[in-house]
Amino acid sequence: MRVRAPRRRWTVFAAVAMTGALALSGCGANEDSGSGDDRSKVEVFSWWTGPGEADGLAAMQADFEKKNPGTKFVNAAIAGGSGTQAKAVLASRLQNRKPPDSFQGHAGAELLDYIKAGQIEPLDDFFKQNNLKSVYPQQLLDQITYKGHLYSVPVNIHRSNVLWYNPGVLKEAGVSGAPKSVAEFVTALKAVKDRTKKVPLSLGAQWTADHLLENVLLGDLGTDAYNALWKPGADWGAPAVTKALDDFAEIMRYTTLEAASTDWQGAAKAVVDGEAAFNIMGDWAYGYFTGSAPNGLGKKLDTDFKYAAAPGTDGTYLWLSDSFTLPKGAPHKAGAQAWLKEVSSKEGQDLFNPKKGSIPARKDADKSLYTGYLQYAFEQWNNPGTKLAGSFWHGVNANNKWHTDIDTAVGLFLQNKDAGKLQQGLVSAAKNSGL
Amino acid sequence: MRLRRAKKWLPGLLLLSPSIVAIGLFVYGLIFWNTRVALSGKHDEVSGYGFDKGRNFVDLWHQPSWPGAVKHALLFTAVFVVGALVLGAFLAFLMDKGVRGEASFRVVYLFPMAVSFIASGVVWRWLMNPAPPERAVGFNQLFDKLHLGALANDWWQDPDWGMAAMALPAIWQMSGYVMALYLAGFRSVPEELREAARVDGASEWKVYRYVVFPQLRPVTLAALIILGHISLKVFDLIMAIAGKQIIAYVPAVATYVEIFDRHDPANGATIASYLLVAVAVLVVPYLVWTVRRERPR
Repeated sequence: MRVRAPRRRWTVFAAVAMTGALALSGCGANEDSGSGDDRSKVEVFSWWTGPGEADGLAAMQADFEKKNPGTKFVNAAIAGGSGTQAKAVLASRLQNRKPPDSFQGHAGAELLDYIKAGQIEPLDDFFKQNNLKSVYPQQLLDQITYKGHLYSVPVNIHRSNVLWYNPGVLKEAGVSGAPKSVAEFVTALKAVKDRTKKVPLSLGAQWTADHLLENVLLGDLGTDAYNALWKPGADWGAPAVTKALDDFAEIMRYTTLEAASTDWQGAAKAVVDGEAAFNIMGDWAYGYFTGSAPNGLGKKLDTDFKYAAAPGTDGTYLWLSDSFTLPKGAPHKAGAQAWLKEVSSKEGQDLFNPKKGSIPARKDADKSLYTGYLQYAFEQWNNPGTKLAGSFWHGVNANNKWHTDIDTAVGLFLQNKDAGKLQQGLVSAAKNSGL
Repeated sequence: MRLRRAKKWLPGLLLLSPSIVAIGLFVYGLIFWNTRVALSGKHDEVSGYGFDKGRNFVDLWHQPSWPGAVKHALLFTAVFVVGALVLGAFLAFLMDKGVRGEASFRVVYLFPMAVSFIASGVVWRWLMNPAPPERAVGFNQLFDKLHLGALANDWWQDPDWGMAAMALPAIWQMSGYVMALYLAGFRSVPEELREAARVDGASEWKVYRYVVFPQLRPVTLAALIILGHISLKVFDLIMAIAGKQIIAYVPAVATYVEIFDRHDPANGATIASYLLVAVAVLVVPYLVWTVRRERPR
């Protein structure tokens, strides 16, 4: 008897604990199904956990809390580059109808699956109430409008079409400056290969080849033809595309052998370290080059590296944008709207972007905050003559299926190096996209 | 009377019931659900679960990435299973012959199993970097320094045989486990049998070839099953070394990509079903065999 007593006490304790946990979770469920105008808190879901971006989010959060003293900000960020883990978690939350109050997504077609599944709400009224239609560039709004509706609020703009190069290596190869066209680019790559022992074009894992592909397509086809590729019924089998893919195949011959073992950082680093001449990567590379250790490389613009528009794309902004949404059934809808207001505000964007290393999507931001490369990006973005083209790899104009199928076609190309098969793959990817 | 009989089986049933319920729900329930999704036309979030006559199972073979994934899985499985079995058996043989400090050797060989594939995969990615001599790192650099430059190769980035290199980390990790299985097997062979063979004039090699190894068939089979199903389902090792790149695409990675990247649950479930069948082909005959063997006792 004496021996058994403690065990029984333990059982009772376990039972009590279980009941308590059940009761608590019951309360939690009640609390979460709050009404539409609940602004007691806001749960913001993102993948901004890295250096720079997390600081930017914190700065925006501080400003938000100052303006909305009654609303508790809950940062539900999930780590993992370009949001791979975060998107998996988000998918299951949305499936279970337990959405966060607002989540991060690339503006444009990447959101289409959420839109079609009725998981996020149109934000036309929000844009109207806050007079946002006049503060964002019209081309941007046009390119993220789906069937006449806007579904997300852009907070920043990144540029995909940037050519990073090492001036020292170019000099060694006798290349006078950044190539202006795809043809000049191929000539420059050949010069580097023939006259130096450096890598002509550094490349990383498979997705950086997708990134390169969108830049070659834009450079060869021009902005209008590139944008037309993403419209329903576009002709991916056209001779102009064949030519661009042949150029892509030619350019790929000058890339790193160990590409698949490196991510974009390793590939970009090769340029500033003087091991490679060129790298085509989005402008997040700038923060990585110039930031201080351990997260950055502490390199100097103009001495260690230079930048230019990717060959043949000057005057076009191949853009991508992080934006925030309003999920259907968001437990704290009013809180979410307050957050979207912060995200769309001039102050919010000017607090976030200098830290993240991107520029505000709004036209009226404070120019003085953006220096070095960002000054160039800012001027290009706000130049009325600049044409906008959406980055397919970074979610603007291909939905998830199309995006993955292009990635597969490019992955197969990396093995068989057959530009004809790549084009066939791209044709059927476009056909199967369901757009 | 009835009560007394109940007393016999009821406590056992009660004890087992949580696990029966959990397995029923989370294993068989989910297998059922997965099969249902695989047989449906749910190729995006919006479509329903309508029956699709198993068309997915045929259509999958027309997906550009799928044949390669199957080829990769088979090559990986062949190299990994054979490699781990041979190396494990060899290590066990050496142990059995009696090394000084056997215990510490055992620990050394078993240790890799304690490391997760995700962690060791990162290191192996660095080791198996195919960069040319001037930028070489890892094995290629080592070969270069030892003037064995001819041995340097593309490792897992070789378009045809890359998956064989991908099996190296898995062999390294699991051969210690196979060694432990075999060592237990060796030790369970009675010394009298070996001595009898030796008295009859059998060489040491013949003792193992004709006396010890034939008794280890159950061990070999168990190891084969365990390694085989690990290898068909391999996911974490591939993700750590190559990510989702086509060059090292395998069915488990394809399942993830179909569901979370392509947003195509039906295709993902179809691949998962194929994986289940592939593993069942290995495991079910083994189960039948063990049940038959145990029945007479």
